[in-house]
Amino acid sequence: MSNTTYAIAKDNDGKNILKFILGEFKPKGKIFTPFNIISLPIMLLGLVLIVIRFWKGIGSITNLTQEVPWGLWIGFDVVTGVAFAGGAYVITFMVYILNMKKYHSIVRITVLNGFLAYVFYAGALLLDLGRPWNVVNPIIGNSFGTSSVLFLVAWHFLLYMIAQLIEFSPAIAEWLGARRAHKILSAMTLAAVIFGITLSTLHQSGLGAMYLMAKEKIHPLWYSEFIPVMFFVSSIFAGLSLVIFEGSISNKVFSNQISDKNQKAHHGIVISFAKVCAVTMFAYFFLQLLVFVHGQHWDLLNTTMGYWYLTEMLGFVLFPMLLFFYSYRRNNILLIKIAAIITMLGIIINRLNVTIIGFRWDAVSHYYPSWMEIVVTLAVIFTEIWIFRWIINRMPVLRESPTWAINQK
Amino acid sequence: MSINRRSFFKFLSLTGLTLAVGKESVAQSDKGQEVDFLSILYDSTRCVGCQSCEFACAEAHDLPEPVGSPAPGTIRKLDETNRSVINCYNTSKGEMYVKQQCMHCNEPACSSACLTNAMHKTQEGPVIWRGNKCMGCRYCMVSCPFDIPKFEFHSANPKIQKCNMCFDRIEEGKMPACVENCPAEALVFGTRRELIKEARKRIVENPDTYVDQIYGEHEAGGTGVLYLASVPFNELGFRTNLQKTSYPELSKGFLYSVPTIFVLWPALLLGIHEATKNNQVKEDENE
Repeated sequence: MSNTTYAIAKDNDGKNILKFILGEFKPKGKIFTPFNIISLPIMLLGLVLIVIRFWKGIGSITNLTQEVPWGLWIGFDVVTGVAFAGGAYVITFMVYILNMKKYHSIVRITVLNGFLAYVFYAGALLLDLGRPWNVVNPIIGNSFGTSSVLFLVAWHFLLYMIAQLIEFSPAIAEWLGARRAHKILSAMTLAAVIFGITLSTLHQSGLGAMYLMAKEKIHPLWYSEFIPVMFFVSSIFAGLSLVIFEGSISNKVFSNQISDKNQKAHHGIVISFAKVCAVTMFAYFFLQLLVFVHGQHWDLLNTTMGYWYLTEMLGFVLFPMLLFFYSYRRNNILLIKIAAIITMLGIIINRLNVTIIGFRWDAVSHYYPSWMEIVVTLAVIFTEIWIFRWIINRMPVLRESPTWAINQK
Repeated sequence: MSINRRSFFKFLSLTGLTLAVGKESVAQSDKGQEVDFLSILYDSTRCVGCQSCEFACAEAHDLPEPVGSPAPGTIRKLDETNRSVINCYNTSKGEMYVKQQCMHCNEPACSSACLTNAMHKTQEGPVIWRGNKCMGCRYCMVSCPFDIPKFEFHSANPKIQKCNMCFDRIEEGKMPACVENCPAEALVFGTRRELIKEARKRIVENPDTYVDQIYGEHEAGGTGVLYLASVPFNELGFRTNLQKTSYPELSKGFLYSVPTIFVLWPALLLGIHEATKNNQVKEDENE
C-alpha cells in the first residue's frame, strides 16, 4: 500500500455538507495496490458465501455441529476481536482519567479502531444468528432475558458502540467543518469515556462469564469461576499489543499524515506500553497460576491438552512478558513489536482454547472451521480495514485537527 | 482531593442515573418447592424399547418418522428431527433401554441463558421454545448440561427443536404424546411431588429391582423428568458428573456484581479524573 502519491486530505471549509460528502466518496490514491489486489477477491467471495448462508442456512457453509454450536465466527470474530478492541478503553482511561497527555496523539486512531472492531465483529454476529430478524427483541419489545449474561453483553455492545461514536465524533465534526456540533460533542467526551470504561469492564469480563454455565463442557484446565476476571485482565494487554502492532503499520502507511512531533513521540509511547503490558501480564500470569494451583489439576498436565496448556502459559504469556520487560529496559522497539505479536497470538490461542479447542474436547467428532468460515472471517476483517483506511485518509485522525477546532478549547 | 459542591452534585447525579438506568439482573429462582411442576417419571425397568413414544412424538410435532431401532453398541442421538430417542445399553444386568429427551429442569440453564426469553420455563413446568422471540444465537445449546436443544443448521428459517412435554396438549388437558402411547406403562405423568413419592415407593417395595437413586431428583438442581433404573446410571449413558445445584447459579455471582460495578466505577473514575486534573495544570505551568 503506497499512499504517498496523493496529497493530505483537506477538511470541509464552508462548502455545502452534502456536496462535500459526495466528493469524499471518490477514491483517493492508487486502486491497484498489493493489498487491494489480495483483499478484493476475498471480500467478493465472502459476499457470495454470505448470500449462500442466508439462502441455505448456517450449516451450508460452516462445520458447526449440535455439540459445538459456536465456532470460528463467535470464538474468533467476536470473543477474540473484542479482546483486541480493548485498547480503546485502556487508552481513554490513561488520557482522560489519568490525564496522561503524552498519549493524546493516538487516542483517535485507537478509538476509531475499537469502534470499527465492535461494528464489524458485532456485525459478524448477525451472520451467526439463525433468526437475525429477531435481533431487536432484547433491545426493544417485550423479550428481556435479564438473567442472561448474553443479554448484558448485547446491551453493552450497543451502548459501548454509541459511547465510542461520541468519543470519535469530534473528528467527524472537524472533517465536516461543523463548528457548533464540534463544541457540543467535545463536551460530551468525558462522560462517554467514563461510561465506556464501565461498559468495557463489564462486557470484556462478560464474554468470559457467558461460558460459566458450560462447566462440564470446557476442559478443566481452562474452566474456572475466574474466567471473567481472566478475560478482563488479558483484554488490557491484548488491546495494548494491538495498538503497538497497528501503530507500527499505520506509522509507515500513513506517515504523510503524522506530524514530526507525533512521529517522534510514538517511540516513547511504545516504550511505555511495553511496561504496562509487562506488568499486567505478570498479574495475569500470577492469577492463572493461582487458579491452576487452586484447581488441583496437576495430573492433567501430562496429557496432550496439558502440554497445550503449558505451551500457552509459558510460550505465549510468560515468554512475551519477559520479552516486554527486557526490551523495555533495553529501549528496543523491534523486540517490543515482536513481543506484541507473540502476545496477540497468545490471546488468540487463549480465546480459542476456551471457546473452541477446549470446548467439548472430549466429543467424538471435533469441530474444525471450514475454509468458507475462514474466508468470511477474512472478508469481515478486510472490509473493516478498507473502511478504516477510508476514514483515516479523510478525517483528522492521525493528522492535526484544523486550527479552529484547537482554538475552540 | 477536595470535594466541592459542584463535584459532589456531579457524583450524586451520575450515581443516581446509573441506579435508574442500570439493568436489574435477577437470576431465576423458580425452585420446585413453591410450585409443583408437572413432570414425567420414566421407569427403565419397565421399558421394552418398542419406540411407540418416538413415533407418537414425531407425529405430535410434525417431524419425520424416526429411523433405526435401539441396539446395544450404537447410540442414536437426538437431533433436529428427533426430540426423543430410545437407546439400548449392555449393562451388568443385561440389555436395558433408556429414553432421552429434554429434562425440563426446575431452574433451566437454557432459559436463564436465553437473552430474549424464547426458552421459557412455564408455570406448569414444561420448558418451551417460542419462535417469535428466538434470534437463533444457540446460547441455550452451549449452556444446557444435557445437550438437549438442537438447531436446524440447514434451514434459512431455522428452529430450535427440543421436547416441550407436549405443552399444547397439556393445555388442552391431555397427557404428553409419549406418556399416552406407552404400552408398557414405563412413563407416568403427574406432578413432581407425586412422582417422587411414587418413585420412592417403587424403590422401597422392590429394593432388589432398583438402585436407590432417582436420577433427576437433585441433578442440575432437580429436573422435571425423573428416572428409575436397576443399574447405576453411568451404565446407561447418563452424565453422572453434573452438579447438584442449578446451572444458572454459576453465573449468578457475575450478574450480581454488575450493578455494583455500574455504581462504583463511574464514581471512582470521575474521582481519579478530578484528582489528576490538578497535576496536569502544574505540568502545563512548568512547560
